[in-house]
Amino acid sequence: MRRSGRPRTVESSRGEPNRPGYDAVVAVTAQPKLDAERLRADFAVFDELVNGKPVAYLDSAASTQKPRQVLDVMRDFYEHSYANVHRGVYRLAERATTGYETARQKVASYVNAPSEREVIFTRSATEALNLVAYAWGLDNLGKGDVVVVTDLEHHSSFVPWQYVAGRTGATFRVIPIDEVGELRLDALDEIEREGNVKVVASNLVSNTLGTVNPVQALASWAHEHGAVMVVDAAQAAPHRQLDVQALDCEFLALSSHKMCGPTGIGALWGRRELLETMSPFNLGGEMIRSVSAERTTWNELPYKFEAGTPAIAEAVGFGAAIDYVSEVGLDAIEQHEFELVEYTLGRLGELAWVDTYGPPPERRAGIISLNVQGVHPHDVAQVLDWEGVAVRAGHHCTQPLMAKLGVSATIRASFYLYSIAEEVDRLVDGLHKAKKSLG
Amino acid sequence: MSEFDQLYRELILDHYKNPRNHGLLDPADAHAEGQNPLCGDELAVSVRLGDGDVIEEIGFDGRGCAISQAATSMLSELVKGRTAEEVAAMPKEELLDELGIPLSPVRLKCAILGLGVLKLALHKARGTPLPEEWGTSNRDLVLE
Repeated sequence: MRRSGRPRTVESSRGEPNRPGYDAVVAVTAQPKLDAERLRADFAVFDELVNGKPVAYLDSAASTQKPRQVLDVMRDFYEHSYANVHRGVYRLAERATTGYETARQKVASYVNAPSEREVIFTRSATEALNLVAYAWGLDNLGKGDVVVVTDLEHHSSFVPWQYVAGRTGATFRVIPIDEVGELRLDALDEIEREGNVKVVASNLVSNTLGTVNPVQALASWAHEHGAVMVVDAAQAAPHRQLDVQALDCEFLALSSHKMCGPTGIGALWGRRELLETMSPFNLGGEMIRSVSAERTTWNELPYKFEAGTPAIAEAVGFGAAIDYVSEVGLDAIEQHEFELVEYTLGRLGELAWVDTYGPPPERRAGIISLNVQGVHPHDVAQVLDWEGVAVRAGHHCTQPLMAKLGVSATIRASFYLYSIAEEVDRLVDGLHKAKKSLG
Repeated sequence: MSEFDQLYRELILDHYKNPRNHGLLDPADAHAEGQNPLCGDELAVSVRLGDGDVIEEIGFDGRGCAISQAATSMLSELVKGRTAEEVAAMPKEELLDELGIPLSPVRLKCAILGLGVLKLALHKARGTPLPEEWGTSNRDLVLE
């Protein structure tokens, strides 16, 4: 199966010629392949029986399964190199610090950051986005300023900005979507008349529809207004190459557990000149330079934003996950998921009683939202569970989007490097059962 | 019996497809709304009370899964003719026994959403606080 040959370029909202950049360079020319069947052997969970059946895990957008390679690295780290980081002068502490800081270098190189000092470890992508909203937003927003998000945002990119806009008196505006779930950039003209656009926050890939958003175009629009561009890459980082310099954004958040790594760790990349001027987010150990009753000064980047003992082994596991995913190859992952999406939408398209949401396969990542007409998504998911098919049913932390779609919830099937067409077939069989018994 | 037949037994499917007491009452003596934020389900319940605060009429409206809709329909039949005080204190086990189906923790919330909203309506009408196990809001019920 070949991807349609045209490269995915993004029309600039101002009609400037496209320079080569993120949205252009991801066009796949080499057609790399991955062998999902072989990769599945790395994931012990696929030997697990659920209801006497092997699990068809179609919920990777919520969290991915973990390969042995990542688990082994974490266990090895705990058994041979574990101590608290940065303070001890003894050998174990040195090893632990090296492990933790090596993981930071891996994240930096994964997103093509100019410096690893710009990479801050957080608990999650959610915490990374909150860090920006609080530490940058509270000091830089006020009346007359406009905060812009999109209809496609996860609550973690929507609510912090809504909240901080409310706290600072800034105006909160939402870029609407069109009928296939893609951002309507024509709405930007109206939004810019509302005041000083100060921040634009968007995900690179929608966690509900899989829409790949034109973040580069949004960034250039943001910069025309002197605004900062904040990218939620939680759903993009596992599936496609990231380059913060080509994206030309100010901040980018990603999460470990959505890309084969452990939970409890994520990262924020931010431009150094902004991070330097920002106030701290959490206060405590590690993030200070000197403390006295009269005056306390902050540590240098990135430690200024890493108060308290971090998730050390999780950071090391995050690094191992980056190694794993990189070795499989992001182009191959993207291509694999494209093929699965095309196959799934094709099969679902044969079913007149199934509604699907979102853009065509060439403009979406490995995520498909759907509904069986006349059957509540919860009931569908229940029937699917009996078939060993794990999907998500609900609003996927995107209630504003659900309202736009006119539904209370959807079924979401999402793929990763270990997903196979046979799992899609089991999904389709399960949908038939749900329709037959409840529709 | 298959898992499907255990959960979606005939009585449940009948109440789901032909809900009893569907539609809100206007005017009503008690009214409340609630959501289950996990699945996006929404439910409103209204009640008319007669002599001695007996539930004479009850109506509900909303959107949700088969379990939540059927459970609320069955609940509406269960509480008619009982006093508001009695229903406000009704243990959830009584409804769950009536449902008679195995429920996972997530589906349990679907099953008791209607009862929680009805309790909120009755407590509001009586001026009594909703017991803490049913939530802390005195406006909308949100199952957490």
